[in-house]
Amino acid sequence: MRTLLSVFAIGVEVTLILTLVGVSRGVLSDMASRSRGTGADILVRAPESAGFSFSYTMPEKLVGFIRAKPHVAMATGTFVKSIDSFNSITGIHLDEFNAMSGGLKVIKGRLFQGPDDLVVDEIFAKQHHNLQPGDPIDFGHTWRISGIVEQGKLSRTFADIGRMQELYSGNGLVSAIYIKLDNSANTDAVKAALQKDLPTYKVDSIEEFVSLFSTNSVPYIEAFTKVVIGIAVLIGFLVVCLSMYTAVLERTREIGILKALGASPGYIVGILLRETVMLALVGTAIGILMTYGTRSLLGMFAVSFPQEIVPDWYLPVAGIALTGAIVGTLYPALRAARQDAIEALAYD
Amino acid sequence: MTNVVAQSLTKTYRVGEIEVHALRGVDLKIEAGEFVAIVGPSGSGKSTLFNILGGLTPPTSGTVLIDGRDLIKMSESDRTLLRKTTVGFVFQKYNLLPTLTGGDNIEIARHIAGHNGKERDPQFEEILKLLGISSRLHHKPRALSGGEQQRIAIARALVNHPALLLADEPTGNLDTENSTAVLSVLQGLNKRLGQTILMITHNPEAAAYADRTVTMRDGRIVN
Repeated sequence: MRTLLSVFAIGVEVTLILTLVGVSRGVLSDMASRSRGTGADILVRAPESAGFSFSYTMPEKLVGFIRAKPHVAMATGTFVKSIDSFNSITGIHLDEFNAMSGGLKVIKGRLFQGPDDLVVDEIFAKQHHNLQPGDPIDFGHTWRISGIVEQGKLSRTFADIGRMQELYSGNGLVSAIYIKLDNSANTDAVKAALQKDLPTYKVDSIEEFVSLFSTNSVPYIEAFTKVVIGIAVLIGFLVVCLSMYTAVLERTREIGILKALGASPGYIVGILLRETVMLALVGTAIGILMTYGTRSLLGMFAVSFPQEIVPDWYLPVAGIALTGAIVGTLYPALRAARQDAIEALAYD
Repeated sequence: MTNVVAQSLTKTYRVGEIEVHALRGVDLKIEAGEFVAIVGPSGSGKSTLFNILGGLTPPTSGTVLIDGRDLIKMSESDRTLLRKTTVGFVFQKYNLLPTLTGGDNIEIARHIAGHNGKERDPQFEEILKLLGISSRLHHKPRALSGGEQQRIAIARALVNHPALLLADEPTGNLDTENSTAVLSVLQGLNKRLGQTILMITHNPEAAAYADRTVTMRDGRIVN
């Protein structure tokens, strides 16, 4: 039972790390995929934009300026308003956005027609208690769900850009301008030309922009990952330490027998370390299997947090589990090695 | 040739603030190939002598030579080496490792001594025949009788050919029939193979199997 609990605890440690890394990658990969879903080749953002955040400070008239440039087939502005840490509403010109992206595909209801209509994607609807067309939703302003669309096009929530500009004091302003070219092969040339015309603005190809969606580009994710790994290692360390300490107490007499047979302290430490390595390896394998379970659970209960399976982390996580387990074994092992043979043989 | 020599051997240890003089100047010689029984009441120092001769605890003063090696100068690691190569133990409670088979209990003693091959030497095969346990080696201790467990413990003690076999009440947990069998085995090992044996016992009948009986009282040899 003690061994099973230790293996399970190491498994949980491994699952915790792999799930966190998998969710980080999954969420970022989903955001990247939705950015590609706009159908755009180039993105223009305001000079003060940092990372992949948006403000609404760009003059909307820039859209017309960009449309007049060679090779630009379409250009449309969006207006992004953050509601809280996890939600934002994207204001779009529906016709322009549909033309560029291939169109929002309605699953239920219809696209917005009234000023306070909000269109959400299927993930957002599921995550918010299965929203249905006609339901109200309060984001500081009460919107009405007009329709639910397939996911994969830029945002999870859409409203009319005019209404957004009016509501959030942003008349004549946009957050980003998406540009579709007559031929994607012209991306670098058009991008260079736009950067020359708009030197203070951030002009990126969509692929450059989505390359920002990595855990390395988001400092808080990296820091958070390190903290969780630290906690997971601590859990593994404590469980293994307690487990091996108990094992050493239970095997006091056996350790005495080995000492009587001439086993050196190194031999006894070696036995316990070999057992720990086995625990860590089996625990890692179980932890890897359990990540498929957490992915299914997140798919059911937290759909906006897609989890990727991350095989490139299997080796590092095995190393992390092994290190925590070995460090956790050192004290009990050294205690066993130092045990007095006569006292150990007399132990019942 | 003398196998064990102890001169003016003392052992004092502390229990709280009290000093206990477990051995108060023991002089003992055991010749190679001799079978010696040590008898005496509880607290006479028999077990302390056993532990010192086995390298389980260092003496406080005096001289102890086993197979020509002086225990008084030995470090902890030297005593570990002594237990590995020079002495073998047989305990009252058998002290087999419960998760291993009888055979593996013997093998682990070989492994600790640095012998990793499966092949045993002919002399040890003869010991196994003498012990009559060849068919029981694949069983774990819980499936063996007390007599069988003790014979496996004897085999384990002898697998590395120690110069001295130390037996602490080897029949203390056995019925008469098994006691007789184990003592006969010890006697056979001594007579046929010349194994030097030092046996601690309370039982005069068991002591009678030895060539010589030494009596201890109050930390001294009195007879």
